[in-house]
Amino acid sequence: MTLWLILAGNSIAFGGLLFLLSAGFSLIFGLMRIPNLTHGSLFMLGAYFGVSLISRGLGFWPAAILAGLGVAAFGALVERLLLRRLPGAELAQVLVTLGLSFMIADVCLLGWGGDPISIATPPELRGASRIAGLAFPTYRLGVIVIAVVFAAALWGLLEKTRLGAMIRAGVDDPAIARVVGIRVSRLFTIVFSLGAGLAGFAGVIGGPILSVYPGLDQDMLPLALVVVILGGSGSLVGSFIGSLIVGFLYNFGQAMFPELAYVVLFLPMLVILVVRPQGLFGRVAP
Amino acid sequence: MTRRLTRRTLLRGAAGSALAASLPLPAIAKANPIKIGLLTIKTGPLASAGIQMEQGTVLFLKDRDHTLAGRKAELVVGDTGGNPAGAKTKAQELIERDKVDLILGPLAAFELLAISDYVARQKVPLLGLAAAEDMTQRRPNPYFVRASATSAQPMHPLADYAAKDLKYKTAITVSDDFAFGYEQMGGFQRVFEDAGGRVKSKLWPPLVTPDYTPYLAQIADADAVVAGFAGANPLKFMQQYRAAGLTLPLLGGEGMADDSLLRTFGDESVGLISASPYSAEFDSPANRKFVEGMVRDTGNTPGIAAACLYINGMVVDAALNQTDGNTDDREAFIRALRAVSLTDSPRGAFHFDHFGNVVGNIFIRRCERKGDKLVNTIVKTYPDVSQFWTYDEKWFLSQPVYSRDYPAMRS
Repeated sequence: MTLWLILAGNSIAFGGLLFLLSAGFSLIFGLMRIPNLTHGSLFMLGAYFGVSLISRGLGFWPAAILAGLGVAAFGALVERLLLRRLPGAELAQVLVTLGLSFMIADVCLLGWGGDPISIATPPELRGASRIAGLAFPTYRLGVIVIAVVFAAALWGLLEKTRLGAMIRAGVDDPAIARVVGIRVSRLFTIVFSLGAGLAGFAGVIGGPILSVYPGLDQDMLPLALVVVILGGSGSLVGSFIGSLIVGFLYNFGQAMFPELAYVVLFLPMLVILVVRPQGLFGRVAP
Repeated sequence: MTRRLTRRTLLRGAAGSALAASLPLPAIAKANPIKIGLLTIKTGPLASAGIQMEQGTVLFLKDRDHTLAGRKAELVVGDTGGNPAGAKTKAQELIERDKVDLILGPLAAFELLAISDYVARQKVPLLGLAAAEDMTQRRPNPYFVRASATSAQPMHPLADYAAKDLKYKTAITVSDDFAFGYEQMGGFQRVFEDAGGRVKSKLWPPLVTPDYTPYLAQIADADAVVAGFAGANPLKFMQQYRAAGLTLPLLGGEGMADDSLLRTFGDESVGLISASPYSAEFDSPANRKFVEGMVRDTGNTPGIAAACLYINGMVVDAALNQTDGNTDDREAFIRALRAVSLTDSPRGAFHFDHFGNVVGNIFIRRCERKGDKLVNTIVKTYPDVSQFWTYDEKWFLSQPVYSRDYPAMRS
């Protein structure tokens, strides 16, 4: 029983981390119609930025936020300088993001070396908390809180602001959005930058759990992909629910069928693709 | 053109006479340099160890002034990219294009298996780092020499230490789900259970496991946890192990707390007992010199990858001295390589068995904080450890190679 409760708690925490990673991925996918294959690299880049900032004496939280902003700026540049030049050429854009992901991996190897680097858990969240007699890592509870706060903030942004309304319009029908005077190309930059920033921030937040190492990008990207395919692209609720589902599948799959952990993780994705290609919460593309 | 040729001929003549003057040995064998090929990995997740391999080799050649047994030594580095196909391509390049006299490396077992047959057909000596057991056991390659260890070679003494010195009765193992993990944990289980202990369960997280919690949640009621991770996984595992509030003593194989990685580790690794054929803390003249050189040239404490490549260099040097610098008779050269016995190396005294696998020290180390640094303090040294431990070689080889299900679990 204890095992199952710990697994359930951890599924939620891991789902929270996945949400931070995949919310941006989902928005970019929904708006720009491309799976951003640099997304794992942006996660790793943020983690490495965090490592450098922390080693310069910055606290964990300021480092996480600064790293997120740094990656957001990088994302904006990528969109303005590279993707913008290939309007409408989705395949070319995907290939650009793939190429970039390899380049980022190499540059990180050059800059930070190949050794895995740990990010220390912030002191206020160290150790384990006891909830109803169960020991649970305090930091992971913190991750759940962060994910919920960000989910609420993103929901507010998308549902309650003018910018959010424009983004939703762009996701639903970019052509009509343009006709009514929304500068969709500017939205692309904003959303790509926002998504990149979230991924970079998630990289630092994930640091105390995952540490930072070459290959982290390729470990995380497939998870983000599963989340978005399950949840539906461009849908915030979809990536939230999708993250939780993947968190549960991942944790329970590995505990119950360790040999089939990947089958348990990817089989639902295949089923969804066949039965409901737009994902659980995605809308049918016009 | 004529002028260039003349100048070059002149230079060669001058170099030849300089060599002939400085050395009593026949100058004919030394006219051309000895070519050393290095198969390493400089990109991707295994690059950390791969780069160290190159650093160790470069330092060795620098220490010998790029001269082995009177011959100039040239290094040709091939980056395999960490995959079998790349390893095969680079091995072919080294042998057929660069005409190397021997190859150092590769790092990973799957690389080694991809090139073993080809290299043996070409009769090129291979001084590898990869730990795959059967390369020096049931499917030996006559041109292979391993100065590091088989996967289980450090795990046998670790199990002995756990059962006899630490008096542990039960253990749970958790290790990467691939051959290196199986062989490590198989070795631990056999010796631990033969010494009266019992392995209660064996957990196998996939190689790519961002979050170990589903496995950590299954760990309870044992005297110790034995971990056999490699690459970037040890750090991730130990962080999550401590965060989950687990306090069972942690034991590990050579990959768990490599000396070169300790600078990036935190307090989560303090107390880890690990077994390895190398320790930067080992006090011997050769090791002091080696560690000093590595810290000077690279700014970091060396780990097993750098040390074993440096040691491979020493083996090559000693063998060349036996053959008067001659590598053309490949049979004689490989015999000389396997006959090498050194008394002072960074890992202490060692020699090779008739499969070309090392017999030497295995260090049991405890990770401790010394000032602001983490170090692996040696708590016990097992000398002359063979790949067969204390078992009879014939019996050992008649058993299957260690695998996921062998030895079987005792119910």
